[in-house]
Amino acid sequence: MSTVTVAAPARAATSVTLAGTGTLVRFNLRRDRFALPAWVLGIAGFMLSGPYAYPDLYPTAQDRANQAAVIAGNPAMKAMTGPGFGIEDYTYGAMLANEYLGFVLILVGLMATFTVVRHTRVEEETGRFELVRASAVGRYAHLAAALLTAALASLVLGLIVAVGLGTSGVESIDWPGSLLFGATFTVTGLVFAGVAALTAQISAFGRAASGLAGAVIGVAFTVRAVGDVADNGLSWLSPFGWMQQTRVYVDDRWWPLLLGLVAAAVLVAIAFTLVDRRDVGAGLKAPRVGAQTGSAWLGTAGGFAWRLHRASVFWWSVAIFLLGTSYGSVTDVIESYADNESLRRMMESIGGATFVESFLSFICAIIALAATIFSIAAARRPRAEETGGRAEPVLATALSRTRWLASHVTVALAGGLLLLVMGGLGLGLAAAATTGQSRWVGDLLTAQLAYAPALWATTAVAVAVFGLWPRATWLAWAVLGWSLLSMYLGSLLQLPQWLLNLSAYQHIPRMPVAEFTALPLVLLTLIAAGLVAAGIAGFRRRNLDLA
Amino acid sequence: MASVIDIEGLVKSFGRVRALDGLDLTVHAGDVHGFLGPNGAGKTTTIRILLGLLRADGGRARLLGGDPWADAVALHRRLAYVPGDVTLWPNLTGGEAIDLLGRLRGGLDQRRRAELIERFDLDPSKKGRTYSKGNRQKVALVAALASNVELLLLDEPTAGLDPLMEVVFQDCIAEAKASGVTVLLSSHILAQVEKLCDRVSIVRRGRVVQTGTLAELRHLTRTTVEAETVRPVTGLAELPGVHDLTVTGQRVRFAVDTEHLDAAIKALGAFGLGSLVCQPPTLEEIMLRHYDERSGQPGQAGLNDENVGVAR
Repeated sequence: MSTVTVAAPARAATSVTLAGTGTLVRFNLRRDRFALPAWVLGIAGFMLSGPYAYPDLYPTAQDRANQAAVIAGNPAMKAMTGPGFGIEDYTYGAMLANEYLGFVLILVGLMATFTVVRHTRVEEETGRFELVRASAVGRYAHLAAALLTAALASLVLGLIVAVGLGTSGVESIDWPGSLLFGATFTVTGLVFAGVAALTAQISAFGRAASGLAGAVIGVAFTVRAVGDVADNGLSWLSPFGWMQQTRVYVDDRWWPLLLGLVAAAVLVAIAFTLVDRRDVGAGLKAPRVGAQTGSAWLGTAGGFAWRLHRASVFWWSVAIFLLGTSYGSVTDVIESYADNESLRRMMESIGGATFVESFLSFICAIIALAATIFSIAAARRPRAEETGGRAEPVLATALSRTRWLASHVTVALAGGLLLLVMGGLGLGLAAAATTGQSRWVGDLLTAQLAYAPALWATTAVAVAVFGLWPRATWLAWAVLGWSLLSMYLGSLLQLPQWLLNLSAYQHIPRMPVAEFTALPLVLLTLIAAGLVAAGIAGFRRRNLDLA
Repeated sequence: MASVIDIEGLVKSFGRVRALDGLDLTVHAGDVHGFLGPNGAGKTTTIRILLGLLRADGGRARLLGGDPWADAVALHRRLAYVPGDVTLWPNLTGGEAIDLLGRLRGGLDQRRRAELIERFDLDPSKKGRTYSKGNRQKVALVAALASNVELLLLDEPTAGLDPLMEVVFQDCIAEAKASGVTVLLSSHILAQVEKLCDRVSIVRRGRVVQTGTLAELRHLTRTTVEAETVRPVTGLAELPGVHDLTVTGQRVRFAVDTEHLDAAIKALGAFGLGSLVCQPPTLEEIMLRHYDERSGQPGQAGLNDENVGVAR
């Protein structure tokens, strides 16, 4: 008889817990070989298209000064773009930082969060993680590899942007500023990779982890916007604020980036601590026991769809209401902008509207775009149910395809309408409270609800694509992205009108500045109905996509 | 006998892969029909076409007298389906999922639901995400078996169930059959098929290569014979249908086509029998011949590249 001795495993802490990280990073890059280059090149391409167009758009210093006056005097522009450093001497560099940074960094944040969640929580939720962890892979390896993947993408993006701007040869877009500009991209990526690393530990579901990280991006943007409009230092609580406080191409301050690096380090450290404290596959909350039977309402098509969406409707309602109140709460500050006599005259010469009205009408458009994010996500849910295998047993019951899809679409469209109500109420109540004028509640609710047809038409794109070309349900996101872009930069970049007209939101009367007109609303509603009908008809004819 | 499922020449391609290549299948009312075949043979695709989830490229399929694609909703009220890999909604409990599927099908028998939950030892209050594979399977089984339907379409329904639950499942199917329910049972568990099924169809590469009762299938294959004789055996190899003959002194072993068994045993008797063991082919042997990719083209079924026979 021989005795078998099993050697005790080595306990060199980090080398064990991080074992396999390198392999996983290469594996992640292999899996993302299309997605990450698309993100990086897409963002960089969009970013770099700007400065090359500037010399043609604004040939003289006077042209730039005119543009500066529009931004300086317009609180809505401040909310969208940022504090506007260097406005006194509006160089191409200052213009670039002001017009692009506030918007493009959101995309960088989305890239980082999606990348981290995809390689951590989504892997865990689907069970693939278990298979990998059962091999010689350490406890921290997945999170470390996901963070490294996101960091690598952020670094490459930062480098491309820095080199692209540095070599542009446009006056005042110099190398020191361009390096700092690129660095803001990389650091923003790191911060939101850290945010996603944390949210991926909190929730057991990839969808919720992404949603939570997306909410952080939304809050960071809103805090920055409200802070910049009120000019009260609130922007210093937002990572986007830090990046703009670098005053790139104006003062080139590097130190605000340190705030980002510290925040990223802290978030990552907390995330790794949480990895140790929870079980594989579990969130921070232990799963609860639920009802033993389903309610009668659950057994209907509508009740079932509502059940799947209700948590998301609830949280979105809260978020949109708060979004409305945070913008509405600066209404009195906007009024003080109007004390500047020359600016007020300029504004009145443009539209005849007051500052407050033009600011609030712009915010209504932003809230409508935010609400559409919910509606598109809800309208894409049938696709997730289909490819996830959950639609199969349901459609094998007496529930028809039409009713199944229609119930999801109804929740998406009616839920979007509810969010507009919440946003309009939040905005109106806060505006009324800060100005003491109760008329804002009704006015802003009406202005907000006017966006419903645009929200429906954009969401209906997702439905049509689901029925006719199911692999491309991302197309609805592209339409929404374009709408946001044209709202945001359309006037600044002087894009041709027909391109702007592709956005449904461009056709909505900008109340309370503009008068109500019914025709565009009716037409958009009809387009929405047509797209939904096409989607349902297509879905009735096609094969299900089953594993 | 009325047929509940009637498929002729069904064709379905996914891109360049031909999943079904002229599949024929008839399931009679009241039968438990075994649907067997290797992975990727086309069993699941056939069931999904019967459910109207996929659209056939060619051929004809009738289900309960209706068209599976056009009449899907009406037909689904009369049948229940259990997929081989059940995915549940992470935020719905098992009990809610059972009620959801049952009600969407047109209602379920509450007394039977409670009884089945008891028999399958299922905790219906847990969220979908926390169930093991076997327990997810139980959720779908309870939802299907608690419905008052004429037809059960079961696609490897007991994958992941423990042996005790396998017995419960077999009891439930036997009860369903006794009350007149027709069952199409796709399975790899041969003991289950042998115990439950009246008829069996074996599918390979998108075609049914054999179909019939188990007795008929056995008849088409060979019986193994082992004997001890008083005098050494000679001349047996020349008899029709005898294969793999080995004679070692007074021991003899060979396989014989079932239709030639009688003649072979008579010939053997002439040498004086000391002992005799006849072994009918197990379902496993029948299956393995069809599952083994090397054993020739679909439709051919022979241990030594000989065509034993195909029943249609």
